[in-house]
Amino acid sequence: MISAAHTLPSPRLAVLGAGRVGATLARVAAEAGLEVSIAASGDPAAIALIAQVLAPGAEPRWAADAVRDADVVVLAIPLHRFPAFDPGLVAGKIVVDAMNYWPPIDGVQEMFDDDRYGSSEIVARRLAGSTVVKAFNHIGYHELESERLPPGAPDRRSLGVAGDDPMAVASVSAIVERIGYDVVAMDSLRAGRAFEPGGPVFGAALSRDEFALAVRQAAAA
Amino acid sequence: MNTTPDLAVPDPQFPIVLGLDTFGDVTRDEHGQLLSHAQAIRNLVEQGVQAEAVGLDFFGIGEHHTPDIPLSAADVVLSAIAARTERIRLGSAVTVLSSDDPVRVFQRYSTLNAVSNGRAEVILGRGSSVDSFPLFGYDLQDYEELFDEKTNLFAELLKGGPVTWHGNTRAALVDQDVVPHLESGPFPAWIGVGGSPQSVIRAARYGFSLMLAIIGGSPQRFAPFSQLFGQALQQLSQPARPVGIHSPGHVAHTDEQAFEEFWPHYLAMIRQVSKTRGFRTPTKESFTREIGPDGALYVGSPETVAQKIAANMTTLGATRFDLKYGMGGLSHDKLMSNIELFGTKVAPRVRELLG
Ligand SMILES: NC(=O)c1ccc[n+]([C@@H]2O[C@H](COP(=O)([O-])OP(=O)(O)OC[C@H]3O[C@@H](n4cnc5c(N)ncnc54)[C@H](OP(=O)(O)O)[C@@H]3O)[C@@H](O)[C@H]2O)c1
Repeated sequence: MISAAHTLPSPRLAVLGAGRVGATLARVAAEAGLEVSIAASGDPAAIALIAQVLAPGAEPRWAADAVRDADVVVLAIPLHRFPAFDPGLVAGKIVVDAMNYWPPIDGVQEMFDDDRYGSSEIVARRLAGSTVVKAFNHIGYHELESERLPPGAPDRRSLGVAGDDPMAVASVSAIVERIGYDVVAMDSLRAGRAFEPGGPVFGAALSRDEFALAVRQAAAA
Repeated sequence: MNTTPDLAVPDPQFPIVLGLDTFGDVTRDEHGQLLSHAQAIRNLVEQGVQAEAVGLDFFGIGEHHTPDIPLSAADVVLSAIAARTERIRLGSAVTVLSSDDPVRVFQRYSTLNAVSNGRAEVILGRGSSVDSFPLFGYDLQDYEELFDEKTNLFAELLKGGPVTWHGNTRAALVDQDVVPHLESGPFPAWIGVGGSPQSVIRAARYGFSLMLAIIGGSPQRFAPFSQLFGQALQQLSQPARPVGIHSPGHVAHTDEQAFEEFWPHYLAMIRQVSKTRGFRTPTKESFTREIGPDGALYVGSPETVAQKIAANMTTLGATRFDLKYGMGGLSHDKLMSNIELFGTKVAPRVRELLG
């Protein structure tokens, strides 16, 4: 799957959120040679300096403009801002959900307080017009930058990419690869529950084999 | 706008400040028995007095609300230290401003400033624990608005004179005289930042200094935050302000001794926290990385710790370093020895290295 992903044209990325995760992700994606725009909840002027210093190469834009010109949109906003997020904004797009539901840190949230579903499944249900893929949620924002390695490096860390749509999973996997990580792809958002806080890969630096084993064992348990 | 940012350079107009921060964890006696909260607090006063005796510039106490860290009223303890010291600066590290009332925080620290003859400071921030939110009836989901509005109000209060302020998170103030008045201008106020770019911009906008709280991973990765702060100050036509570093550590006579004293308690602490927060528990290897040149912890002999502090202050353009010492389970004696070594060996060596 990974070699197939490499043959796809380079996708244009819109990162929604210019905080810890959004700024870092925009930076590493721009450094990987992707076309990247970044947006927060308002005027791009408010994040111009953040983009310039922390994510050189990523263009600060209004969210609607960034999304319109993008193939893949990353949601890197606090989960508690998600209920007010307009699904229409990202309709028709591949949406990477990098958000976490983590009550001890962020408090309990009604929309996500349902242990029958993973948080990305709840996100996907609400973003019914988009194709949701879960990725980047289980790595600390600072590691996302410092742990990148070129393909084939012996200690290369693996990141998970999970989604119901194989094409979308392939495009997102290609981005993850280009940024500097191996990919363990999972064929459903449901399986992506293994990436959640408290799960076997959350915050763990694992190779592809270790990662695959950890999620398999968790699924069997 | 389009120039590449310069490397972070320590601003020579700010003096080098070397200090200690503590959360005031409950320690154990020589038999391994946990001390009472009251005794731990009395010991903390002794530690603050010791910090001045060994020549340090700053002593700070955090805010927590748990049985193992019962230091919920730092300013009261700082006031006791103030009464027994003359020179050392005293402050919070940090004050969880979002779940407090900025007017009360100002009043308490303005009082401390009076008691101490102008030695009070505050570091405002979130800290890494969230206990104060349910305790005081705040919703964590309002965090951003609470912090933004309250830092804004605090900046107004620090200017001195009557304050007029409106917001959503507290009653409005109209031409309100808030007492006690400042004697000679605002006391130093910092914003503690753990990685949020918006917080860096906010510190610049409201005219606070920047305290980088680096508690894990490579310190060098914070260099862009110093740059962001400097450029934001410039863009907002604010005067230059100092950047500081707050990081955990432990100093003993040798590297081995420091490792052996610190590691078991560090492991136990992270194990405890990871139960509720889903952190990874550290391994000996990951810990060794954290105490090495590319990690966030300052654990070792005075020379090891001094070298690392000087290197990171230079890389990050910082003129201040606060070692967060003390870790639940370390005894009062070990902490006193850490303070002594930090004051008499580490601090002079850092000054020497920074030239
Ligand atoms: N911290 C980590 O290491 C980590 C790792 C993996 C995943 N995550 C997850 O990533 C998400 C973001 O975390 P963070 O730490 O980066 O948060 P953060 O630093 O608080 O930043 C949040 C950003 O989202 C923006 N935002 C809020 N609502 C928005 C909207 N409707 N449209 C566009 N932008 C919006 C904010 O901009 P405004 O200022 O304009 O509101 C801000 O720039 C969270 O869900 C978190 O669980 C965090």
